[in-house]
Amino acid sequence: MVETSDIRVVRCGGSKVNLTPPIISSDSRFVLCTSGDLVKVYSTRTEEWLHSLQGHTNQVTGITLNPANHLQVYSCSVDGTVKLWDFIDGILIKVQLVEVHETVEIFLSSGLCVSACPECFQLVSVHLPKSAEQEVEAKEMSAVSSHISKNPSCTAFGRGGEYIAFARHLQLNVYFFRKQKTYSFSLKATDKKGAKNAFTCIACHPTDDCIATGHEDGKIRLWRNFIHKKEYTYSTQHWHHNAVNTLCFTPEGTHLLSGGIESVLVQWQYGAGNRKEFLPRLGGSILHISASSDGQLFCTSHSDNKITVIESSFKVCGVIQGLVKDAVLTDLMIDPRSKALVLNGKPGHLQFYSLLRDKHLYNLDIVQQEYIYEAGLDQFEVVKAAFDIKGSWLATVEERGKKSSDLEFFLKLWAFDERTQSFVLNTTITAAHTDRIISMCFSSSEETTMLVTAAEDSQFKAWCQGADADTQQDQNFWSCDFVGSYHKLNPTNCSFSADSSLLAVSFQEVITIWSPDTWEMLTTLCQPPGVIRDLCFGRLSCSKYLLGTTTKNLLCCWNLLTCELEWSTSVDVSKLQPDPFSENVAAFSYQSKHTDLFVFKPSEPRPLFTNKNVCSEKVHRAVFVPREEPLNSCDESTQWLNRSQLYFLTQNMDLLTFSTATEEDRMLSSSKQLVIDDSVAVTPFYLLLGKHRQQQQKLNTQSHPVSDKPQQTQGSVTIKELLHTPAHVLPAASVLCSMFVNSFLISNTGVQQDPLSWLT
Amino acid sequence: MGEFKVHRVRFFDYMPSGIRALAFNRDIERIAVARMDGSVEVFHCSDRFFQEKIIPGREQCGIEGLSWVGERLFSAGLNGGITEYDLTNQKVKYTIDAYGGPIWTIAGNQQGTHLAVGCEDGTVKLFEVNEDKIQFERNLDRQKSRIISLSWHPSGSKIAAGMMDMIQIFNVETGHSVHRLLADRGVGTSRSKECVVWSVVYLSDGTIISGDSVGMVKLWDDQTGTLIKSHNVTKCDVLALSVSQNEDSLVAGTSEGTVVQFQFISMVLGKDDKEWVRTRTFKNHTHDIRAVAEITTAVVSGGMDAQLVVRPLLDKVEVRSAASALRKIHFPHRRLVSCARKSGLMLFQYPGHLELWRLGESEGKGSSLFVKRNPEKLLHLKVKGEDHIRCSAVSPCGEWIVYSTASKLRENTLHGLKHFLFLFFQISKLPMVLSSANQLCFSSDSSHLFSASAQSSVHIASLSQSGCKFVGTLKPKSGSHQAIHLLAASEDGKWLASANSDHEVHIYNLQTRKAHCTVPVYSSAVTAMGIHPTTNCLFMMYADQQMCEYSIEQKQYTDWSRTVQRKGLHRFWMERDTPCLNVMFNPQNPSHVILHDTYMLCIIDQSLPLPDDKTQFYNQLTLKSLPEEQRKSHSHAFKVCKTFKDILCVELMSDQSLVVVERPLEDVASQLPAPIKQKKFAT
Repeated sequence: MVETSDIRVVRCGGSKVNLTPPIISSDSRFVLCTSGDLVKVYSTRTEEWLHSLQGHTNQVTGITLNPANHLQVYSCSVDGTVKLWDFIDGILIKVQLVEVHETVEIFLSSGLCVSACPECFQLVSVHLPKSAEQEVEAKEMSAVSSHISKNPSCTAFGRGGEYIAFARHLQLNVYFFRKQKTYSFSLKATDKKGAKNAFTCIACHPTDDCIATGHEDGKIRLWRNFIHKKEYTYSTQHWHHNAVNTLCFTPEGTHLLSGGIESVLVQWQYGAGNRKEFLPRLGGSILHISASSDGQLFCTSHSDNKITVIESSFKVCGVIQGLVKDAVLTDLMIDPRSKALVLNGKPGHLQFYSLLRDKHLYNLDIVQQEYIYEAGLDQFEVVKAAFDIKGSWLATVEERGKKSSDLEFFLKLWAFDERTQSFVLNTTITAAHTDRIISMCFSSSEETTMLVTAAEDSQFKAWCQGADADTQQDQNFWSCDFVGSYHKLNPTNCSFSADSSLLAVSFQEVITIWSPDTWEMLTTLCQPPGVIRDLCFGRLSCSKYLLGTTTKNLLCCWNLLTCELEWSTSVDVSKLQPDPFSENVAAFSYQSKHTDLFVFKPSEPRPLFTNKNVCSEKVHRAVFVPREEPLNSCDESTQWLNRSQLYFLTQNMDLLTFSTATEEDRMLSSSKQLVIDDSVAVTPFYLLLGKHRQQQQKLNTQSHPVSDKPQQTQGSVTIKELLHTPAHVLPAASVLCSMFVNSFLISNTGVQQDPLSWLT
Repeated sequence: MGEFKVHRVRFFDYMPSGIRALAFNRDIERIAVARMDGSVEVFHCSDRFFQEKIIPGREQCGIEGLSWVGERLFSAGLNGGITEYDLTNQKVKYTIDAYGGPIWTIAGNQQGTHLAVGCEDGTVKLFEVNEDKIQFERNLDRQKSRIISLSWHPSGSKIAAGMMDMIQIFNVETGHSVHRLLADRGVGTSRSKECVVWSVVYLSDGTIISGDSVGMVKLWDDQTGTLIKSHNVTKCDVLALSVSQNEDSLVAGTSEGTVVQFQFISMVLGKDDKEWVRTRTFKNHTHDIRAVAEITTAVVSGGMDAQLVVRPLLDKVEVRSAASALRKIHFPHRRLVSCARKSGLMLFQYPGHLELWRLGESEGKGSSLFVKRNPEKLLHLKVKGEDHIRCSAVSPCGEWIVYSTASKLRENTLHGLKHFLFLFFQISKLPMVLSSANQLCFSSDSSHLFSASAQSSVHIASLSQSGCKFVGTLKPKSGSHQAIHLLAASEDGKWLASANSDHEVHIYNLQTRKAHCTVPVYSSAVTAMGIHPTTNCLFMMYADQQMCEYSIEQKQYTDWSRTVQRKGLHRFWMERDTPCLNVMFNPQNPSHVILHDTYMLCIIDQSLPLPDDKTQFYNQLTLKSLPEEQRKSHSHAFKVCKTFKDILCVELMSDQSLVVVERPLEDVASQLPAPIKQKKFAT
């Protein structure tokens, strides 16, 4: 608790990649996007995550290529710094501290950085000082406008960075840097035809003085002549039926790209009125569009945390999928087989996401129905899911109907198929309960798998896999084994003990303990007042304890051997999460507008670790993710993170985790080694030359550092000669072949006849 | 404020005719409009688009083009003739045949020396404009297909002619074709259809802009004869083009009913390389736009839906005011209905016939009355000959009907006007002196007919059972000879007021048959006037919504009128966009003046204080909610009734009932031909 500074809350893994427009490097090989505290570099061709630029201590809010050097990228963050990176090697070049409280967005042009500060959303131009030092403080600032839109898409640099256009509500402003003058134009609040004229996004033409603006009613206006108060003019185009989210001109300025909730990428021909092309069915609604500097690639980022790479011929050539967590309904779970994080993702699907590699693995279609993208439609959603301990069974609940009167739900059980390495539907139970299922858990014993569901119809049911006598089939389907209830009370939770010998079901204020073998109620535990909110058994050495939290701010621990309350403490726990690999239990408590974390062992009421003010929102979902290789930290406060990592989801759908100092050190050291040339495209020549070079490098380092030098040049000379000599003067291939092979041999002597002497 | 029994008349099936051509004269700020029925109207652009002049059309006289040459107006049509109009007397001056078959287009050069017409037989004919006539000069090289559109280069040395599938550029000096620009046909099924170049515009920098049936607006270079750029404006036709005076803006009217604006804008601010860029789109029409004109501060468009739309260009307007608002002109600014006040008869004037109706009768009380007797049509009178009716009137006693047409008798003579008087269906011949009438009016006791004629004079004829006898002529002492468009006779038969298109109002004493006085000339046209039955004050409404009361006996403005001028009228009153069309007086309450325009009926109580800009103008509802005592302090002179819409005429009958003739625009729209079908989103 003293060393809390060792442990930081970080956004690492599963973060939003769609927060800011992605940028494509000028050679179209990399896509850079912000992701939590990192800037991630992806390959456009393989869609693989290559590496990340690590260094910011808070959410990265904007990235842009350095206009002076296309191999460098600027990034800004809520931590108040602007950093310059070499994004190919992942090296931090420069840090600029900006005096505004929080830099929110960055736009760059010709050495001038404009950033916005969040309280009143000011637009400030910051002069980045030219200095050789690595850390500089940018002091020269001038305010451009004191009120701009919160939405960063509503600000854009004009041709050559001569002016900046920004819009707010119904007003468009153009600020000329040289003249230091602002021109503003406003639209009518309401048109007679019910049009909503508010600005939603802005893009400036790269060569012409033309500003494209998107509006709430789906119109796109092209503004011209905006240095005149009255003679300004605009043309209107209308295709989108809803607000235009983003606009982007291609670098040549021949086309304008637009996107909105329709998830259709629209390409307008600049200057040719209505001629347009469409790329439909891209998934979630389009939030940002960016184009590479040669105009060959476009990138769209979508609301379902996805980046699509699109060729200029309007063909999708890559999808970078992040963790979808817009509306998380299920718990956070860990697939015991793949160790992937599982939660509901795409509508009607469960997504499997590897947090270690920060990569989307696959989607499992649960609902198996077409999803219709339309507001107000009531469609099936996956609301509950549970894995058994080996990961060979998956139970899901899908439901629709917000009101209980038209509630409709299915309980589905999925078996893992070893052959296809995926889950196959085994049983669909249409009317498992008469009302909504509240809680669901698998027994944790190795021999028999049993599923217990508790529902609002004041019953809990146990489901077993058994041979159905009627259908003589090999497959074993699931059927109901036992129905239990207690005083017609609605159950709130159910949980199996670690060895599955006990089942605890809480009915409002009462916890009942059942034996799953005989279905006999063993005892009841009660600690009124307050409905039981969370329930969990202790693990390993603490398996004799049962923990429960109530709505009346009480955390209780019962000893199951004595059936007595061991200890209780008054804390408002919003989420209780046991670590499956240790005795530790994490409890998130929300009070006075911030969430605190306590980690404790059930055996002792004293917390192992406390972290005050983890975040400002309530935490309802958390999960312990097992580490690939355990940390060996001896520090008491960080020990609980040795075997697993705690991830939690805030109400803002931010996925946060804790990182320790040792871990960060290890990451940093590994990132320095990461300067490998894995970005080079793997061509046959690369294989030929690259391997050769690596061998030589190995040799260089190992034995003779000097003597191999001429050998290397000789080899490359041969190949260079081979490639550069015109084909009609080349000797026969048989002659060349031996020479070519010879060049790969390592001579021991270093005294060799020049193989090219015959040429002269 | 007074209760009236209202006859709500909706059986006047007036159909405005579609607009075919527009011509704007920048020097005199007039815009001429040619309609499908062959009538030509002149609107005053700076006087709130008041319809100053109407020249009625004829049967089988389809005008295809209009052109101003100086202050002279020419038209050409499918009957193959070129017509010049006498704008002073509002009639056709002469028509000469071009001998080239139907004429599709007419264009005058900027120098005002020549007119060019494009004919069906493929010739472009040049006419020299002389002092009093036009003279055929020569033909340019004859082409194979008809000439649809023409445009002169501002220097007058070249002409661009739009044809089927191509545009020809002619050198005027030699008469030979310089370039042939081929317009592409549409793709797909329309490949087999010819591409009609509906409109061309020749700019001074040598750019030719064309609008064609494929829906393209194309820009050509006349030096090389190459296409510079093409804009796909619509899926249908681009029917009309018009360029602004300084050639920085172009409007194109399409058959979808949209007007598309193009602007000549520098692509990089502060530099000179300008390009034509499509900017705004205006959609104010439901049907084809047949004609557009870019006037200095607005875009005027008209088409098949018969409305003239004035869309202001706010970037060109200096001060935003009611005068620069969007304006839609549906109905003529003249009265098409006259009422026999004493006998309950109504005369409806259609272009080719008259209808006489007797009003119905009702009984009961309340907000809607039970109709006891339906209105009945008494008379359907077709006009003899091809001419359309210029004006008509029914006498207050209901015994006399008079109408006049403009007929083409012989060339170069005074265009005779036939008058017919009906006395119980007895046609009586009129004296030849009354051969021309621009406006007709009966005296209140139906004993005399006043007929406004050429030279701003008014002829008087006395009517009796035996017939009609010419009595005398009233002539103004001085002033212009513009045609009279309004006449008003006093109740006691002593005074007659006439207003002409030069904004002059003359008052005559009918007893001495002499000019009595002239009302001081105001800058705006008089749209309605009436003489008060008791005080003999002349009440005048102007096109800019001002009002004046002039005491005839004292030859000066009344005190009330001076108060109005001093205090100014309320903002809401000034912002109305249609002129007042009738002035009536309530005999039971001499301080009440009843006015109406297309959208409202208003009673002005001259005994109440005038509203200033801070008071609530439409205050009837507020007054209703107030207790009796406070009403007085809150009420002001203007009582506006907006119950009726699209009003053509309001008349106060002698039995204190009001006749309101409505022509709902929905009914007009339902009688129009079907517009081009367009896909609408979410249908």
